[in-house]
Amino acid sequence: MADQRKPVRKPASAQPAKGKAVAPKPRAGEVAAPQEGYQSLIEPRGPLSDLFAPVGGFGVTLSNMFRPTVTDQYPSEKAPTKPRYHGRHQLNRYADGLEKCIGCELCAWACPADAIYVEGADNTPDNQRSPGERYGSVYQINYLRCIFCGLCIEACPTRALTMTNEYELAGPTRAGMIWEKQDLLAPLRSGMLQAPHPMVEGTTDTDYYRGAVTASTPAQAAWVTEHRPDDPTLPGGAGLDAANVPGETAAVMAATVAAATKQGKR
Amino acid sequence: MTILSSGPTTSLVPAAPVAPVAPEGELVTFTVDGIETAVPKGTLVIRAAEQLGIQIPRFCDHPLLAPAGACRQCLVEVWAPGRDGALAKMPKPQASCTLEATPGMQVKTQHTSPEADKAQHGVMELLLINHPLDCPVCDKGGECPLQNQAMSNGRASTRFVDVKRTFPKPIAISTQILLDRERCILCQRCTRFSEEIAGDVFIDLQKRGANQQIGTFDTNVLGFAGEAPLGASAEDTSGRPFASYFSGNTVQICPVGALTSAAYRFRSRPFDLVSTPGIGEHDSQGSAIRIDHRRGVVLRRLAGEDPTVNQEWITDKDRFAFTWQSAPDRITTPLVRNADGELEPASWVEALDVAAAGLRAAQQPDDPRDTAIGVAVLPGGRLTLEDAYAYGKFARVALGTNDVDGRARPHSAEEETFLGHHVAGRTLQVTFADLDRAPAVLLVGLEAEEEAGIAFLRLRDSVVSRKLRVLSVAALASRGLERLSGTLLPAAPGTEAEVLDGIGTDPALAETATLLGTAGALVLVGERLAGVSGGFSAAVRLAQRTGARLAWVPRRVGERSAVEAGLLPSLLPGGRPVADSAARVDLAAAWGVDHLPAEPGRSTTEILAAARAGQLGGLVVGGLELADLPDPAIAREALDRATFVVSLEVRHSEVTDRADVVLPVAPPTEKPGTFVTWEGRPRPFPQALVSHSMADHRVLDRLADALGVELGLQTIGAVHDELDQLGGWDGTRVGAPDVPAAEPPAVSPGTAVLATWHQLLDGGRLQSGEPFLAGTAKRPVARISAGTATAVGVEDGGSLTVSTDAGSLTLPAVVTEMPDHVVWLPTNAVGAGVRDALHADAGHLVRLAPGARDLEASA
Repeated sequence: MADQRKPVRKPASAQPAKGKAVAPKPRAGEVAAPQEGYQSLIEPRGPLSDLFAPVGGFGVTLSNMFRPTVTDQYPSEKAPTKPRYHGRHQLNRYADGLEKCIGCELCAWACPADAIYVEGADNTPDNQRSPGERYGSVYQINYLRCIFCGLCIEACPTRALTMTNEYELAGPTRAGMIWEKQDLLAPLRSGMLQAPHPMVEGTTDTDYYRGAVTASTPAQAAWVTEHRPDDPTLPGGAGLDAANVPGETAAVMAATVAAATKQGKR
Repeated sequence: MTILSSGPTTSLVPAAPVAPVAPEGELVTFTVDGIETAVPKGTLVIRAAEQLGIQIPRFCDHPLLAPAGACRQCLVEVWAPGRDGALAKMPKPQASCTLEATPGMQVKTQHTSPEADKAQHGVMELLLINHPLDCPVCDKGGECPLQNQAMSNGRASTRFVDVKRTFPKPIAISTQILLDRERCILCQRCTRFSEEIAGDVFIDLQKRGANQQIGTFDTNVLGFAGEAPLGASAEDTSGRPFASYFSGNTVQICPVGALTSAAYRFRSRPFDLVSTPGIGEHDSQGSAIRIDHRRGVVLRRLAGEDPTVNQEWITDKDRFAFTWQSAPDRITTPLVRNADGELEPASWVEALDVAAAGLRAAQQPDDPRDTAIGVAVLPGGRLTLEDAYAYGKFARVALGTNDVDGRARPHSAEEETFLGHHVAGRTLQVTFADLDRAPAVLLVGLEAEEEAGIAFLRLRDSVVSRKLRVLSVAALASRGLERLSGTLLPAAPGTEAEVLDGIGTDPALAETATLLGTAGALVLVGERLAGVSGGFSAAVRLAQRTGARLAWVPRRVGERSAVEAGLLPSLLPGGRPVADSAARVDLAAAWGVDHLPAEPGRSTTEILAAARAGQLGGLVVGGLELADLPDPAIAREALDRATFVVSLEVRHSEVTDRADVVLPVAPPTEKPGTFVTWEGRPRPFPQALVSHSMADHRVLDRLADALGVELGLQTIGAVHDELDQLGGWDGTRVGAPDVPAAEPPAVSPGTAVLATWHQLLDGGRLQSGEPFLAGTAKRPVARISAGTATAVGVEDGGSLTVSTDAGSLTLPAVVTEMPDHVVWLPTNAVGAGVRDALHADAGHLVRLAPGARDLEASA
């Protein structure tokens, strides 16, 4: 091996560029020879430049006084992020209110910071939370660990996990930074029924993945009426506002952020 | 990782001898990918490639199953010399898992042959055409050979545009085993396992072409008879609902997620599991297992790989019954009974002080007229070697008594003599490997499938591959014996000794005598022979007469370690007889005490009788189920009557209900230890879960400390050092048992002799908390002969009431070919515990009567 490497490169014999001290590049295994004295790499300038050099810096200040200001008045004015900003996560729902998460743990697998913990469980006829056989029974994201890299949402096979543009994540306790499933679930929208309830009749999980389900059906509403007559998402129920109660941790964090915002406002 | 003592093994239970290297047969020289290799004749190309470190993708190939060539994934390009000696290429790629190496053959795998690589890609594409893309929800995802090999030997994208074939899913084959047919790649590992290894075929290939699928047997076509599982299930080939004790192995060897278990379904992912090796705690087979746990919770157990013991198979009980260790009724703190008679939590210091004071008072009562003097120890039959040794030393050193007996089952003085004579200190004289080599095996008082699952599989393997003859002295030919192609030597309970003595003299048993006379023949006796007067004596005589080797195969995990550690009233560790003063001096010197108690102690029954009669002050009780004892009612009374009871338990039990001090101890997942197999093979295992619970030996060490005695058994290392130092015993041994066979009881009309044995899955407490497994237990039935059924007036399938003075049991009657005037019942079926309900055991007389029509009403 060693004898193969020897004759590959000729030693650099060309003169160094004017005013520059270029040390000959040491070959592998060699140490650069010490140079004679110090030679500056900055080219010497003319006498006029040398004269104004001590006050030249003020020019930078003066020129910026006539440019528009870029200061964000946060938190008095909240600037919108770019649309693909990696904010906190959200667990999405299908149009009929069933959860998209199937508890496959691929997000946890992909996470480089080990911030996600998931446990799967069986969907049963009495407790159908997502289309198909499996749902995520435990879902935790630890925002003390999360680095918002987005690998989890890329790993998600059902687009259950996506990232919102929400970046105000603050809390007074470490436990308050661990978001549970109820904190992460997306709010219910019109046409959705609170899970658990059966899948739309005559459909399979594949139909759900393909977007064939567009709203909850009367049969699903009838099932929910039978099992949870007081459900707010039922037609004639208390309404979506009553249903979309944020999770405990999310509520505490929202309150903390609101208080900090109030304090920071001018 | 394995936990070892300072030496590789203790001298009490020496290490297994190095397996003799099989004589090299004719070698075949051929090349794989240009690398020349020589392998024994008959070696498959895929194995030879493995040995060279060349990976060939495969699904159906399994080293312990016959080659099938079902999946075609292992295709390779093969050149072989033709008749003219010239090397010629085989026209098509060959499956390397069915191809035997021949001299001069040149094999090119996908690494060197583009043709083989293309063929493998084609097969993979075909397999994936109908395979669903549900890896995210599939239990196998992350540890799936199909996933892995599709990445390594498959196309990156699919060309298939049509709709995939789908099936309704999953089919529940039993309450535990679920089948997703659309994931199946038809490798037939499951069907081959159940046909070749377990012998209980329940699924098979059905239909042809693209419609081919693994299916269950049709209820409408096949009849119904025999042992049915408790839960809903599919039918097996014989038309019976499928109740297999080994079905969990099919889940493990399935190379895709087609077979899954209900207990583990959707629970976890391989990447968040931590695996620790372990040893099965449910029987004396010592199966290697792998314990997978997450965040301190055991989620599943898999078969470990140990060619000398369990190969790669374990029973479903070892696989699925682990929830007892984390049951809600686990005892977490020491408990002390207060003035109101309630158990209340206490600190270790307080509990140990109360226990020590109570034991001291029981040994020396304040009132000199008190007849209740002395403390006895009942350690139970599920201990590790270290814990068993600690119980023995605690009894003899701290309590100064030989009243210690690890047998929590029917037992006899004859059995004790037999254990001292033939078993204690004689380790690895008969091993699993001997089962493979034996020409004939006689089972006495041992129902291999129910009581020794791994031995059953090894026997069956030998029966199938080498025509081993299995003979069984029992009341009836069970389905397990049928699957061993076994010969029944019918014996009514209590007459086993007569049958054994008849071998060699009785012309009807001449063939048996000849078989047992051949070199390598074995006699395996079960623990149930203790219930037969003269049984062990006859077995020893038989072994001497025929030259067959004799081995004792108990059921529970701790039986052999109890014998080795001296948990018998007349036996000290290593087979030292209590009666031998030299043995006592030897042990006293090792233990650093002046003398050891010289008078032999009392057996379990005698201890309980003494406690019931108010002649015993205290009891130290280990993991003991009262319902397992010969007469649970007497045991309950005895514990109620005893002045002071200390219980070392994992969970609340009938004993802790009656105990004055309860000290919590660790279950096997939370402590390191060593189980001892029936062969005497030490099976060390590490601690799987982080735990504050202490092993029995450590609790006993602290209890002795509170009594003012230093046992020196605080750590497992200390126990091992002591065992190493102690070594075996080469002095005189206990003499052979010589008890005459008792006359069988006279049977009057309306009565019968009870035959009974434990089924693998029953009402035992170590199986609680696992409903899916419980559903695969056999449905309890009462078996009687046609003659008995007619005499009693019960039809096949009708209900039969079996009663004694203590109580009765009503079960469906099944007419079986067996001796008249004998009734068979499962010993401890769920809701039908024979000992608890009847206070009777094998060989006892019971009354028979037609049961009430409505079983529910009578139960």
